[in-house]
Amino acid sequence: MLFLPELFLLGGSLALFFITLGNERGTLAKNVTIAIGLGVAVLCYASIDKQGTMFFAAYKIDYFSQFFKIIISLGLVAVVILTSDMKGINSKVRPEYYLFMTLSCLGLVFLVSANELITLFIALELSSYALYLLVPMRDDTTGERMQMEAGIKYVMFGVLSTGCMLFGMSYVYGLTGTTNLPEVITTYHALSGNPIVYLSVLLILVGFFYKLAIFPFHFWVPDVYEGAANPTTAFIATVPKVAAVAVMVKIVLLASPQGADWLVLMFTTAAIASMFYGNLSALVQTDIKRMLGFSGIAHAGFILVGMLTLDELGFARAMYYIIGYLLMNLACFLVICAVSQKGENVSRDDLKGLYKRAPFLALVLLVGMFAMAGIPPFVGFAGKFMLLVGALNAGHLVLVILAALNTAIAIYYYLSVVRVAFTSDPGDRPDVEVTGSMLSLGVVLMVLIVYMGVAPDTMVSIAQKAVQAIM
Amino acid sequence: MEFIEYSGHLLSWLIFIPLIGAGIMFIVPGEENQRRWALVVTMANALLSLKLWADFDSGTAALQFYERTSWVKSLNIEYALGIDGISLLLVMLTTFIMPLCVLGSWTYISKRVKEFMICLLIMECAMIGVFCALDFVLFYVLWEMMLMPMYLLIGIWGGPRKKYASIKFFLYTLAGSVMLLVAIIALYLQNGHSFYIPDMMNQDYSLAFQIWVFLAFFLAFAIKVPMFPFHTWLPAAHVEAPGAGSVLLASVLLKMGTYGFLRFCIPITPLATSYLGTYVLWLAVAGILYGGFTALAQSDMKKLIAYSSVGHMGFVVLGIFCFNTSGVEGAIIQMVNHGVTTGALFLMIGMIYERTHSREIDDHQGLAYSVPIFVTFLTIFSLSSLGFPATNSFIGEFLILVGAFEFNKIVAGVAIIGAVLAAAYMLRLLQYVLFKGEGRNDIADLNFRETVTLLPLLIFVFWIGLSPETFMHVMHVSVQNLLDQYHNVQTVASLALH
Repeated sequence: MLFLPELFLLGGSLALFFITLGNERGTLAKNVTIAIGLGVAVLCYASIDKQGTMFFAAYKIDYFSQFFKIIISLGLVAVVILTSDMKGINSKVRPEYYLFMTLSCLGLVFLVSANELITLFIALELSSYALYLLVPMRDDTTGERMQMEAGIKYVMFGVLSTGCMLFGMSYVYGLTGTTNLPEVITTYHALSGNPIVYLSVLLILVGFFYKLAIFPFHFWVPDVYEGAANPTTAFIATVPKVAAVAVMVKIVLLASPQGADWLVLMFTTAAIASMFYGNLSALVQTDIKRMLGFSGIAHAGFILVGMLTLDELGFARAMYYIIGYLLMNLACFLVICAVSQKGENVSRDDLKGLYKRAPFLALVLLVGMFAMAGIPPFVGFAGKFMLLVGALNAGHLVLVILAALNTAIAIYYYLSVVRVAFTSDPGDRPDVEVTGSMLSLGVVLMVLIVYMGVAPDTMVSIAQKAVQAIM
Repeated sequence: MEFIEYSGHLLSWLIFIPLIGAGIMFIVPGEENQRRWALVVTMANALLSLKLWADFDSGTAALQFYERTSWVKSLNIEYALGIDGISLLLVMLTTFIMPLCVLGSWTYISKRVKEFMICLLIMECAMIGVFCALDFVLFYVLWEMMLMPMYLLIGIWGGPRKKYASIKFFLYTLAGSVMLLVAIIALYLQNGHSFYIPDMMNQDYSLAFQIWVFLAFFLAFAIKVPMFPFHTWLPAAHVEAPGAGSVLLASVLLKMGTYGFLRFCIPITPLATSYLGTYVLWLAVAGILYGGFTALAQSDMKKLIAYSSVGHMGFVVLGIFCFNTSGVEGAIIQMVNHGVTTGALFLMIGMIYERTHSREIDDHQGLAYSVPIFVTFLTIFSLSSLGFPATNSFIGEFLILVGAFEFNKIVAGVAIIGAVLAAAYMLRLLQYVLFKGEGRNDIADLNFRETVTLLPLLIFVFWIGLSPETFMHVMHVSVQNLLDQYHNVQTVASLALH
């Protein structure tokens, strides 16, 4: 029973595989994917208070895992809806596209339940390999084979970080003789002070830093964001990051809170570097996806600001932030996918006069961008505010001031997107059609962004309950 | 700080009526109906605020119409509202200016009326909230929330350089307030994890801590006022904003900076305020002179008024940082005066712009012969702006100068020059617009709606000017309480030194 959501997802993936055998079954595959996502969410919700381990304690079901499975599956549904016309993906491979997206989610679902290092590794790879395949699946309209370059870069950096991670895991096994996480934690706490403990945790974290695009493991971001098709980027930028933050907490717990100054120092450095690098680079971008890529690096830095307090509340706030980030990003990608006519990339100029061409999308863009910039009353503000309170409470005054400065830097590029959409003339750019599903998704996203911003307690207490389940 | 509960949630209503009105606006069909609906909502709020005036007890310095409930439990953020004699007049000013803004943009705004009115109503919600908030996060949220509608007001309905002006306004204000956020968090941690503002006041923080907090406050508020040398966003924003946008900026938004000095700097960081007060004083005087001289050189009417605002707000800051009764009370009444007079002048420029599509003084010469009603209003408001006796600004400037002479004669002497400059540039404007040249006959005089828009402001010009006590009696006790506490802290600190 506990394994039901995974079985459902697995069965759904199989069904999708059979669908791929036929021709031109894109729409069918899309509807099946939405059904799978919703089904998994419902099943997880039904089992949210259940607990248990299986497969020799390699796989653990608890509030934490079920909560994140719901987020992941709903994220999948949202991405599928907002990219429903699949512009930029050859209609012949569309069913395969949905299959890989679902498989990637399957990997992530396994990942948040993984209670053992090998399981964790395999789950992470399952989700990554599906993504490696998704990136080059784009119509070659420019003739520059940009998607191939992006795909290669994504694989190369991915493999490198995976190598580091495996290397770190080998140390863990060498030190403790086990790969089971709870046992590792017990042994590690006794070993604290041993430099190899730090080294191994650090190496494992590299894998997650790569997923989250934290400086200096961010190199793939701009090119992959730009080179991949809009739907692919929308997916890569959102759902895997949520899972990465969730599981990163488990790894951070390996380094015991006492005597973890080195971890805090490293997080501080990486956070500051990511925020400055991401925000300053984003300032000069004209391609919206590339800009969002750099802004994602900065946001990942903010996540570390929450993590580095190394306490339950800090982790919960980081989770709150990444869920908020998922929503804001989805709102922005909703607009990007709609404005892009044939699946080409959207530059800032393509958004000119959006306010006249599609008032609703302009509103969604306004909410999404201002939320990312951290303007109240949106979720981005509440998230940043809580992270800063936590960090200052832990005594990181310089970090907090630098983070606040970064908020001021970042506002410029978010605002310049809004400015183009609201104050420029459309010229001869055509109106943008807004379908019913886009409309409803946009409304849902905006309501959630405002609701989470005005009443952050609900989500924070859920996230806190999730963290308690793994601590 | 003490407080008096009030059963009716009056402040919440004042804040949320515009927001609810903005929500309903989405489904109001037809531009004419949308205008009417906005007028109904803002008028309802204005009438409701009369109840505030009627039920206000001017005999106490306690916070009145007090409301306090928990909002975000995990951070101990509260939804706390309350006003005293200092904020009452500013809330009233806001509720009364809003219907005039709607009336003033009745025909001025011809495209996208619905969105315009929604922006105005959201602004009203945030502006009233800022003056009532007793929780620092609530204050900050509303303070920042204002940026979005204001940005859109300038960015969509603004003039030719609207892109530049709107982004400059946004960046300046936001950059100014990020450090405010850090200061708020620092105060929260110092105060046993509470954002409740009255609890932060009159605590014995160390001088070093106070100075840092003061500087963070100062940056945010000085940009909003705007004080020299942070004023450069103001002329750009004013010139490009549509009429109602300029009115909101001048009448209400600028007051938030000076309100911040009074509400936060003096009670929360009293030692730092007196330590750094002299510098602020000289910046204020520099602003007065700079604003005056620059206004003298303008050929664009809106720019002229915008720079005169820099000068007038310099007077307000001057009054506040004298730390005596006449100075602070003069500053508060001068905030209201500036709201009334400058608001009216911006409305009038909007009206003339609708007719001639120009704001150049040279395009509007000799109007005295063709548009008598317009000219009468313009004369009165201009005289009020330069502080002519019997008008409202005279009272404010006089009190501020009295306070300044008590505090520091040199500063006051220099500030006097500013008052003279105000006379020079306003009379120059008047002379050109009224009597210079042949005059043009192609301009229609003010119609009924426009006259009705300006009339209330005219009444207030004389009402405040001839009977200031009617308005000032509400603030005496609150101001005295504020200053007593401030001077107590100084005495204790100097005793501790010896």
